[in-house]
Amino acid sequence: MQRIGVFVCHCGSNIAATVDVEKVAQMALREQGVVHAEDYPYMCSEAGQSRIAAAIKEKGLTGIVVCSCSPRMHEATFRKCAETAGINPYMVEIANIREHCSWIHKDMTEATEKAVILMRAAVAKVHLNAPLQAGESKVTKRALVIGGGIAGIQTALDIAEAGYKVDIVEKTPSIGGRMSQLDKTFPTLDCSACILTPKMVEAAAHENITIHTYSEVEKVSGFVGNFTVDIRKKARYVDIAKCTGCGVCQEKCPSKKTPNEFNRGLNTRSAIYTPFAQAIPNVPVIDTEACIKFKTGKCGVCQKVCQAGAIDYTQKDEIITEQYGAIVVATGFDTIKLDKYGEYAYGQSKDVITSLELERVMNAAGPTKGHLERLSDGKHPKEIVFIQCVGSRCSDDRGKPYCSKICCMYTAKHAMLIRDKYPDVNVTVFYIDVRTPGKNFDEFYRRAVEEYGVNYIKGQVGKVIPQADGSLLVQGVDLLDQKQILKKADMVVLATAIEPNPDVRKIATMLTASIDTNNFLTEAHPKLRPVESPTAGVFLSGVCQGPKDIPETVAQAGAAAVKVIGLLAKDKLKTNPCTAQADELMCNGCSQCANVCPYGAISYEMKLINDHGIREERRIAVVNSALCQGCGACTVTCPSGAMDLKGFSNRQLLAEVDAICR
Amino acid sequence: MQELIIRAKELLECGEVARVLGWRKGEHVYDPEPAFFQSADALENFVYNGFCGANLSKYMIEASKLEGKTLVFLKPCDTYSFNQLLAEHRIDREKAYIIGVGCKGKLKIENIGADGILDIEGADYPDCGEELNVKTLYGDVKVAYKDAMLERCHVCKGKEHRIFDEKIGESVDTLDAERFAEVERIEKMSPEEKFAYFQAELSKCIRCNACRNVCPACSCRKCVFDSTKFDSAQKANATTFEEKMFHIIRAFHVAGRCTDCGECSRVCPQGIPLHLFNRKFIKDMNELYGDYQAGVDVDAKAPLVCFSQEDAEPGALTERG
Repeated sequence: MQRIGVFVCHCGSNIAATVDVEKVAQMALREQGVVHAEDYPYMCSEAGQSRIAAAIKEKGLTGIVVCSCSPRMHEATFRKCAETAGINPYMVEIANIREHCSWIHKDMTEATEKAVILMRAAVAKVHLNAPLQAGESKVTKRALVIGGGIAGIQTALDIAEAGYKVDIVEKTPSIGGRMSQLDKTFPTLDCSACILTPKMVEAAAHENITIHTYSEVEKVSGFVGNFTVDIRKKARYVDIAKCTGCGVCQEKCPSKKTPNEFNRGLNTRSAIYTPFAQAIPNVPVIDTEACIKFKTGKCGVCQKVCQAGAIDYTQKDEIITEQYGAIVVATGFDTIKLDKYGEYAYGQSKDVITSLELERVMNAAGPTKGHLERLSDGKHPKEIVFIQCVGSRCSDDRGKPYCSKICCMYTAKHAMLIRDKYPDVNVTVFYIDVRTPGKNFDEFYRRAVEEYGVNYIKGQVGKVIPQADGSLLVQGVDLLDQKQILKKADMVVLATAIEPNPDVRKIATMLTASIDTNNFLTEAHPKLRPVESPTAGVFLSGVCQGPKDIPETVAQAGAAAVKVIGLLAKDKLKTNPCTAQADELMCNGCSQCANVCPYGAISYEMKLINDHGIREERRIAVVNSALCQGCGACTVTCPSGAMDLKGFSNRQLLAEVDAICR
Repeated sequence: MQELIIRAKELLECGEVARVLGWRKGEHVYDPEPAFFQSADALENFVYNGFCGANLSKYMIEASKLEGKTLVFLKPCDTYSFNQLLAEHRIDREKAYIIGVGCKGKLKIENIGADGILDIEGADYPDCGEELNVKTLYGDVKVAYKDAMLERCHVCKGKEHRIFDEKIGESVDTLDAERFAEVERIEKMSPEEKFAYFQAELSKCIRCNACRNVCPACSCRKCVFDSTKFDSAQKANATTFEEKMFHIIRAFHVAGRCTDCGECSRVCPQGIPLHLFNRKFIKDMNELYGDYQAGVDVDAKAPLVCFSQEDAEPGALTERG
């Protein structure tokens, strides 16, 4: 018979304001096996923990129940406390009376009743708990970074500098990401390429970094410290080892009509192409959908002109399998599609563009060679209107509910750069709010207004109407002056909301990393563990976790790297002792469990079984506890109930259900 | 039938097989039962007729533990169960010599009786007839063959044997009904109507366990309802909720593995349409994960025990209701 202690935490007023904590403690004493119960303002504090330790020693407790916050918050704390006081850490159960109770209820009577029920369930479970011992697993000292933008590059560089091997997998033909598409960066206005390219080169040259461009993660298995990842290296049709990057193939390629992704489709590129001049590796790829040789079998110009003999039309996708200890997701973002925003005439007029397209227009390597001109007729614009929050802070399903965070600043940057270079151009910005928290950010915005005379109008634009003379009529409202505004413009720039790269869903699924309703990857804790995914061994870097600018991205990239380094520095990890185990007498050997096991932890053995006198050779499931992560998929799949999870046995769970239904 | 006996005798005599798994004559023409025949002489009681609905696949679990090969007769739809058991490593392919027997749809005595025909003494199994000649104490009666067929034959999976060593006899695809029509009818009911429907059906259950014992998917060494390791057994026995709990848990346990062989409904002495539970699961799985038929292919990935990026999100179920 267990001797159980119940400890009810007030969590200041977090719990105590809604739950009668004293009553929960009193009720606990009525439960079978409970020999001690108390409540205390902060159980997780040092004083609270010493009370638990003291009670364990004085009352000879064999198991404890802490009624407090989510086990994700403090289960580890209380397990450690129990261990210090001399009982097995797995004799601790948490009744979550905060997130599951006080925070979601208002009525004290009802909340208290529920808290008592949750306490009862935990007591019922602890009765069936047994001491468990953690094992050890090794750590593969190599990290994978998915995404080769500034976030991925920085994370990889920091990990590599600490002396660990790191691989970058980048989907496109070159690393560099969104930052490589930007012209200048706020708030210092330094050239994006000038600060990014050296980092790209450094990453490419680093002895500890391996870059797989034009590659995608295909399959992930394993767990923290021991991931196995299949990477698909897409066929470039150009031999990286032979290509000198001379560029003749791209010049001579007769198929030049494919929209240039790097320039956001504002001009075209050849079928064999490197996305941009500073691309790393400086080796082109052949777009088979555009290539005449691949479409018709006739052409082969690139092969003929290539002095290095690097063109190889027979290349095939290659799948490589690598082992990693940690995985960093740095998949970045894209701008949202604007097909639900017909009122801004995007797609109807070539002179309505997104801010990212403007970056390309302003860039010397862009479609207009850096000259500010209308894309419809190449004329120099005189009036430019910027519209903020296109798809951001949106309450309906056309856009995103969140603030994209970077738009206020880059619009101030665009406005300033235009006014600086072309003082004859009038710039008007329609905004809901101007948000400039950040070092030197507000000063930057004020400079745009005060020194560069950018005309900021608080109010939204209802419609952009293309006119017969090629101009655009912008219909908006000035909320401060309370008047309608009709403004003729030559160009309209939309500060388009950003969203996580659509591929992130697939990657998150492979990693079993959780994502929120907007497809941003979720942190393990929004404040205290912002660069870790709740999935152990998976870390987050850059906009895949939430909108952020370059300085923030780089800071987070470094933070993610530190977490990875901390993990890789360990030789062994303590494994979760809550692993599955098959009851040999009940096992059918049917393989259902092995089929569902995501960790490949289950194998089969022919074993001589003595089943109540019947001796026969049977096919029996055997769990490798070093590989088992305790997910429980096998236990629910097993038709006979032979598979059970230590610490979460079927009996324990049913005992909890019984206690709740009592 | 004679052809089957002759071939069985040959195989026994040449030592290819050690025993025969087939059907033995019952007390009446309509109640043959599964049986092992250890010798050529014993085969005089062998029978194969329209009432041999019993699926012999499950008996191969025990036969696989015996010395030597067992000759087993499988109808086209029985081969699905055989494959499923093979996929689950419950039977040994090397221990089976499979003769795929022809099937033209199997009969259900209750269906004949339902027409008010009493004291049935026998029924001629026509070669390819539309009509069944039923012998009764009061003379012969003709019944449309289709009217006498088992429910499962109306949704026949086809005349192909999915696994066999040799085949004897012709088969007919007797499909003439929409497989999920009845499930769809129930789906359209309100929750109250559904509850009332299943309450009425399941309250007939006498917990004889015939459905479980005949089910090829219900072949656990120790059934959870017979185990002291779980409280479910006691609970299922203790409350009036018992039958619902038993049948619903059973349906969950065989989900994704059930080949829809219909044995559960065939053997139920109370005439409960138990296959509907399984068929509802099959329909849901088809809709959520794409069409899948358990037992077609031993190496196929069953939707409930494999994962793909295209799998329906769990939220899909909430949205469907």
